[in-house]
Amino acid sequence: MAITMPLSSIIHKQPQKQRDKWPSNDFQEELVIRPLHSGDIYASFQFRTLWETDFMRGNKVSHYRLFPKSLGQVISKFSVRELHISFTQGYWRTMQWGQPFLPSPPGAELWVWFQDSVTDVDGTWKELTNVLSGIFCASLNFIDSTNTVQPSASFKPLGIGNVTDHSFLRYATLPREIVCTENLTPWKKLLPCGSKAGLAVLLKSEKLFHSSFHSQAVHIRPVCQDWQCKTTSWELRQTLNVVFDLHTPGQGKREWSLFKMFSRTLTEACPLASSSKIYIDITDNPQGEQFEVSPATPLLSQAMVLGDRRTFSVYDLTQQITFGTVRSLNLLIRWKSSEDMLRPLLHGERYVAGYGLQTGEIHTLMYNNHPYRSFPVLLLDSVPWYLRLYIHTLTVASKGKDNKPSYIHYQPSKDRVRPHLLEMLVQLPPNSVTEVTVQFERALLKWTEYTPDPNHGFYVGSSVISSLVPSIVAMDTNSTREQPLFSSFFPCKEESSYFVRVYTEPLLVNLPTPDFSMPYNVICLTCTVVAVGYGSLYNLLTRSFQIDEPSPGLAKRIANIIRKMRGVPPL
Amino acid sequence: MKSLLIGQMSLKRKGVSHTRPEDLTKSRRRGQLAALSIAAVVIMVGVPLWWRTTETYRAWLPVSQINELANMQLQLSADVEVVFARGTVTPEQQKKVPLTQTQDEEHTVDGDLIFKAVCDPMVTKYEDCKLIHADLSLHTLSESPCGSLVVYVIPESSSLLPEDMDVYIGQRRTALLRIGAQMRVGRTVEQLLAHLEPRIKQVLQVMSFSHTDITAALSDRVRLSPGNKESIADSMRAFKSSPGYEITFSLLNPDPKSHRLHWDIEGAVQTYIQPLLTKLAPVANFSLDSQTLYYAMLGVNPRFDSSSSAYTLNSDSLAHVINPVEARLGSNAASSNPVLNFLLYVPDAHHSPLYIHDNKKQEVPSNAFHSPRWGGIMVYNVNGFYRPEAVLPVDININMAKVMGVFLAQLRLLLGVQSSTAPPGFLMAPCGSTGLADWELDRLMWSRSVENVATATTTITSLAQLLDQIGNIVINDNIAEQVSSAVTSLQLAVAELEAGNLGFALQYSKEAIMASERAFFDPSLLHLLYFPDDQKFAIYIPLFLPMCVPILLSLLKIVSEARQKRREKQAKKD
Repeated sequence: MAITMPLSSIIHKQPQKQRDKWPSNDFQEELVIRPLHSGDIYASFQFRTLWETDFMRGNKVSHYRLFPKSLGQVISKFSVRELHISFTQGYWRTMQWGQPFLPSPPGAELWVWFQDSVTDVDGTWKELTNVLSGIFCASLNFIDSTNTVQPSASFKPLGIGNVTDHSFLRYATLPREIVCTENLTPWKKLLPCGSKAGLAVLLKSEKLFHSSFHSQAVHIRPVCQDWQCKTTSWELRQTLNVVFDLHTPGQGKREWSLFKMFSRTLTEACPLASSSKIYIDITDNPQGEQFEVSPATPLLSQAMVLGDRRTFSVYDLTQQITFGTVRSLNLLIRWKSSEDMLRPLLHGERYVAGYGLQTGEIHTLMYNNHPYRSFPVLLLDSVPWYLRLYIHTLTVASKGKDNKPSYIHYQPSKDRVRPHLLEMLVQLPPNSVTEVTVQFERALLKWTEYTPDPNHGFYVGSSVISSLVPSIVAMDTNSTREQPLFSSFFPCKEESSYFVRVYTEPLLVNLPTPDFSMPYNVICLTCTVVAVGYGSLYNLLTRSFQIDEPSPGLAKRIANIIRKMRGVPPL
Repeated sequence: MKSLLIGQMSLKRKGVSHTRPEDLTKSRRRGQLAALSIAAVVIMVGVPLWWRTTETYRAWLPVSQINELANMQLQLSADVEVVFARGTVTPEQQKKVPLTQTQDEEHTVDGDLIFKAVCDPMVTKYEDCKLIHADLSLHTLSESPCGSLVVYVIPESSSLLPEDMDVYIGQRRTALLRIGAQMRVGRTVEQLLAHLEPRIKQVLQVMSFSHTDITAALSDRVRLSPGNKESIADSMRAFKSSPGYEITFSLLNPDPKSHRLHWDIEGAVQTYIQPLLTKLAPVANFSLDSQTLYYAMLGVNPRFDSSSSAYTLNSDSLAHVINPVEARLGSNAASSNPVLNFLLYVPDAHHSPLYIHDNKKQEVPSNAFHSPRWGGIMVYNVNGFYRPEAVLPVDININMAKVMGVFLAQLRLLLGVQSSTAPPGFLMAPCGSTGLADWELDRLMWSRSVENVATATTTITSLAQLLDQIGNIVINDNIAEQVSSAVTSLQLAVAELEAGNLGFALQYSKEAIMASERAFFDPSLLHLLYFPDDQKFAIYIPLFLPMCVPILLSLLKIVSEARQKRREKQAKKD
């Protein structure tokens, strides 16, 4: 089976040593653990792969080192400029847990900026969703024109490049998507170390999916390598956020450790990673009065995140000393007491009101909990066509008074073609609740358009509230400086505010649902009616009618028999 | 319903007055006529209407042409030009040139397809021998088109060839043939050619196509004779013909903690692989990429051989190596072309050196193996780089020349470029900078054209058969269009093969294969496939049964009455 071939004739051009010219690749991994005030634990993994390349030029031959080949091929084939995809199981409870580092709506969310060289954006989008559906084992292939929108203001590119033409942007959500192990496995495969080494060894699916909230995401965008932006590179950020409920395991003791949550401990960093760190948020616990972390670490770090200066204990996994003498790291947190938390400044809620199966009303509530500052928010609503919005009933009110939006972009739906898109810019007064209501009518679907199990109801994706929230501390605007990954995702343009995106709950709406054996019943009934009419007509046309002598009665017959026996003529 | 009808009848009964017998027969006649006309309307209007409205749309397909394709004869012909150098032909023979002569040779492959190989040795030229120095100048002499051959006949005493060699095969489409002493006895050029014929035939088989090539190309269509295991293995090694291939080089590093590997794959691909692919561009499109996979393990644990203090992989365990690795390789997201995988495995420090052993327990010198229609794996041992004082991870630069030599040879095999063993007395030119001689490309194109024609024919005929068998399938216009274009391209390809225009033949055969695959895998064919008949009738019966039963009954009654009447007439006559 083995073969060899002399290459004496071919080796006349020795390839030059070009090690210096090799595009640089970089991989970082990070885990942030934040004890929540509800007593839950929030763990946020971030893995970042940087791939230095000139992405604007179409390069046919592509060689991948740390960057996964499958995603690289997708980027180059579909001329993607930015790709953001998230799969979430459960709903992030902002009021109890505060803001997440990376927000995501329940179900699947996908938004993509294409490069301006793409001519048929809709066709490319369709193909891309199908390919991604294969890569992530998800039902992204159900994304079609009826649930895709082009937001005009809410989703700006997060990477470099000033694209303003939103015809290259596509946004879709699948609120019904259920996230499970089969989505996690391909996600883990994209990591250079897989789940063999580094922080990824903690990602055991039986523990991760036994949690209150699970969200995994992939973000691809072009970023600058240096502050002058001389070199650019692709950034692949894989994030996984999980909230563990400490009360359900129910040992009574509020105690948390890596082993207890992930059924694994850490023994090494991924050898390919240039940095591998664990951060534990100890801001609310400066003197150790609330909880106690062991082993203790002398390393402390401060980071500006979500408008707040937080303090973290840092465990550097690339240092052998972190693992101690047992060569394994098992972080442990013991609670002593609990305390009320700071309320999040921006918060959103949504519900359906009304009764019956004909009309209804969508209520969206936006809370500004800032005591004295008002700030504008962008609200994006994408409602499927089978809820027919009455846009003239749209009201925006805060503190009982009409609050006129300064910008409204509304795109009406087309039946079976595209959904409603409603975007508006609303100023939220300080310490207030702003309520947006709009009435709708429920449409009757064709009988093949119902989903399996239609009596469960139909999902309407989350509203998206994007805002620059006034910050208490000065934010860091230099995006290229070395900083923890969790605080560097949304680029910060000014020091006085920070960007926040809040997703509301998805809605579950009942539509009038027929009995699905109906078509056959109707066929049978109609046929019977037709047959009855036809039968009588047929009889009228073909039968000839005549009077028959009625047959004699029983008494007469008996009398006749007797008369016959007697020889008398019958009656 | 029955009681309802009876009720109506009894209602009517009261309204009808006494009827005389002639009235009675008259009204009975009227009833019979009404029943007959209703039956006629149902049969002449209702049934066609129902038939037309529930019919599945089936566009017209060129069935007769497809059936013709199924038992078509393929004829391959190659132009062979024989050029006599000075000193090989006597003056009186010279007068007779030029002349053309055709030689047919029929090969039957299992009775299904008959291949006729035709070669036309044309004697047209008479050149000065001094010009012929080397292969390159042979090429400048005449740029022969794709698929044709030029054979230069040189005198016996010529010093161009070594003593014991009779035939020299160049890099282009040329060959040198030394004329034997006994061959000069012929009076005419015909006789001379007749002498040369076996040699020319041999040259043709090496440089264009032979019976075994064509049989291998047809192996999917024609059952090979059992017992010919070697040739089956050979024919199954190469990838099936496809309009494009994806070539992926993967560097497997199972232990990134102990070594950091650097490979200059960009440069290596440019230097070694790209020239070959550029040369092969007429055959298929190729796209290249590479990746590095960490913590990728082989599926088997190598055995430690204490005698040589090395780990060994036996040839029978190689089959289990690929599967666990393949899960990591990832499928190609961007296209559906077949992928050729080339893996470079660098064993970790605890399992090195690792050697592959063949059937005879001998170390394989290249330390590589390939898997048919999948790709190749090479094991690259780096234990020489570890020094006791080295700090982990060790930086290692991979010698790409060594690696690419093995991968290039595997690539040639997997693409079906067979380095056929030369018959005795043949001298092959060393392969040039592209790694592929012109005539090797021709050989590949011959077998690919034949394979494409055979595959497209099979696809189209089986599609036609399937559509013929299952009447439920909707045939849309675009499918009919694809089928027709596939059939036309096939006919053109066959015609071009017959004419010896290899380039066009390959082009048409590719078009045929693409159109036929598109038609065969069109999703619209599946739409109504699973609409079972029993469900259809369950819907029709509530309408059809009550409508047809009265008609049938009254027809039966009319028939029986007519029969009775005839019997009465018969009785009256008697």
